[in-house]
Amino acid sequence: MSGIVASMIDGVLIGAVYGLAAMGLSLIWGVMDVINLTHGAVIVLGMFGMYLLFAAFPVNAYLLLLPVIAVGLVLGLIIYWTSVHWVIDRPQLASLLSTFAVNMIIIGIGTAVWSTSPYNVNFTLRGITIGAYTFTGNHIAAAVGAVVIALALELFLNRTRQGKAIRAVADNREAAELMGISSTMVLALAFAIGIALATASGALVSTLFPFTILSGATYQMKSFVVTVLAGLGKPLGALVAGILLGLLEGAVTPFIAVSWIPLIEFGLFVVVLVAFPKGLFARSTA
Amino acid sequence: MIFRHPVFWLTLVFAGVMIWLPLHGNNVSLREDLILVAVAIILASNLNLMIGYTGYVNFGHIVFYGLGGYVGLYLATVRGWNLVLSALLAGVVVSICALLFGLGILRLRGAYFALATIGILVAVQSFVSNFDPFGRSTGMYVSFEAYQPWGGARRALWITYFLVIAVMALSMILSLAIKISKFGLGLFAIREDEDAAVVLGVNATVYKAIIYSVSAFLPAVAGTLMFYKNGMVDPSIAFEFMLSLEGIVMLMLGGKGTVIGAALGGGLYEKLRSYLLTSPKLSNFHLVIAGGLLLVVVLFAPGGLIGWLYRFVPRSEKVIE
Repeated sequence: MSGIVASMIDGVLIGAVYGLAAMGLSLIWGVMDVINLTHGAVIVLGMFGMYLLFAAFPVNAYLLLLPVIAVGLVLGLIIYWTSVHWVIDRPQLASLLSTFAVNMIIIGIGTAVWSTSPYNVNFTLRGITIGAYTFTGNHIAAAVGAVVIALALELFLNRTRQGKAIRAVADNREAAELMGISSTMVLALAFAIGIALATASGALVSTLFPFTILSGATYQMKSFVVTVLAGLGKPLGALVAGILLGLLEGAVTPFIAVSWIPLIEFGLFVVVLVAFPKGLFARSTA
Repeated sequence: MIFRHPVFWLTLVFAGVMIWLPLHGNNVSLREDLILVAVAIILASNLNLMIGYTGYVNFGHIVFYGLGGYVGLYLATVRGWNLVLSALLAGVVVSICALLFGLGILRLRGAYFALATIGILVAVQSFVSNFDPFGRSTGMYVSFEAYQPWGGARRALWITYFLVIAVMALSMILSLAIKISKFGLGLFAIREDEDAAVVLGVNATVYKAIIYSVSAFLPAVAGTLMFYKNGMVDPSIAFEFMLSLEGIVMLMLGGKGTVIGAALGGGLYEKLRSYLLTSPKLSNFHLVIAGGLLLVVVLFAPGGLIGWLYRFVPRSEKVIE
């Protein structure tokens, strides 16, 4: 019995990282109605960013999150100006395909550089032992990192002028422009932040599990499930939904083979989409 | 009438050339090249029914090919049924599955639907990898005796080639038949504006479910034939996500929404890919080039090659389709 509880607690810790990844997807989706299919590839770039930085500067890996986020912001601006800006007013199919094309380019270059063999970041924090179970320090630190970044984003969106501009553009782009907000700059900023969140989550995941250049697809799928669970454009909701998903995974893994998990997640995805199209945390407003 | 349409005759001539080329001089390596071209055209044409005609992106189209191949190969080898019968039955089974999936996920619009199709691919792959009769993650093999009814493996490979070409021709003719039918007109209406189409009396839910199911049939048949020809199948080959995505690149390159565009894109892209994969310098970068191509087409030429042709030679649109 206590084994299940331990597994669920571990699930919650990992779920916080899923939540952080999904926040990036959710922010972009909510602000500019673009489904960012570079998401998985960018998560993987975060993993390799952490790997390379840690190889160059073997300090505490969690300190390296800051440079990874900075690189993510720049990467986000590059992706925005190459593939998103030009199709933002076209039907959704266009941005779906153009971000997807960038995904192929990133994965293609990554495969050529790093092949598809597994890598890992060799850094371990001391864990906490409760009774017969040990929670590894990395899982705890990654969860704390994810929550801190999520709260920082929430503060940014609610307390700063730039953050308020992002929320205004998300609500109504035309009205925001009439109030003197340059919507292009705001969209670019929101996209860059979304990508930076994805790279940060990838960097955190790289300290937990081994990864390959193709690992992104799994986390992208989880991010979609989480985003849909939370409802669009609710970053903090995404964090909570991510934790719920982690909890669920933790609760079922002692009983079934891991290879069934995609089937369960997808089932959940469709049920939620069809039954609660506005997400689990939708308020009943008109 | 479909027989008056130039594309119909063009398809037949094209299929004839595809059969004649390798048969002339018994060129086996050319046959292996062309069978991949034919499969690319089959996938692109049937994907076109969803993306080009109905305006719904299906990222998981390869699931029909893979699942159909699994079902067909199971019937043909484990059960020992006739290959053609197995392939057709696989098509029927997968179409019924697609209808059931479709009734569930086609309630979703636009991008939500596209995401759900990725989920279907992942879910079916995870199911097949855990399903005992299909050999779990190790897959299934075709024993050498299975080729005996066709007079040995050498003849069996030629026969599967002719069957694949037939499926390719059928895919193009099916696309054409739907395009000039009233049903097709309903699909175009859904693509342009689903709400308006519903108001005008198009039963969008039924139309979408039917076209989703129809687009599953011929890829499933082709999957059976291809895996039979290859002699083996496993989950990572059958449900290769990249192939699913390359199908989209083919379609966008040729020009979505047109029969000729889908075939042209499928054929050209497959040729380009096999060139890149065999070239020592570029083989690592074939995904990068495919992605770059897709980006350029989406940003600068949403109509693809056929769209260009129509823009510079407006009369061609009337003559072709």
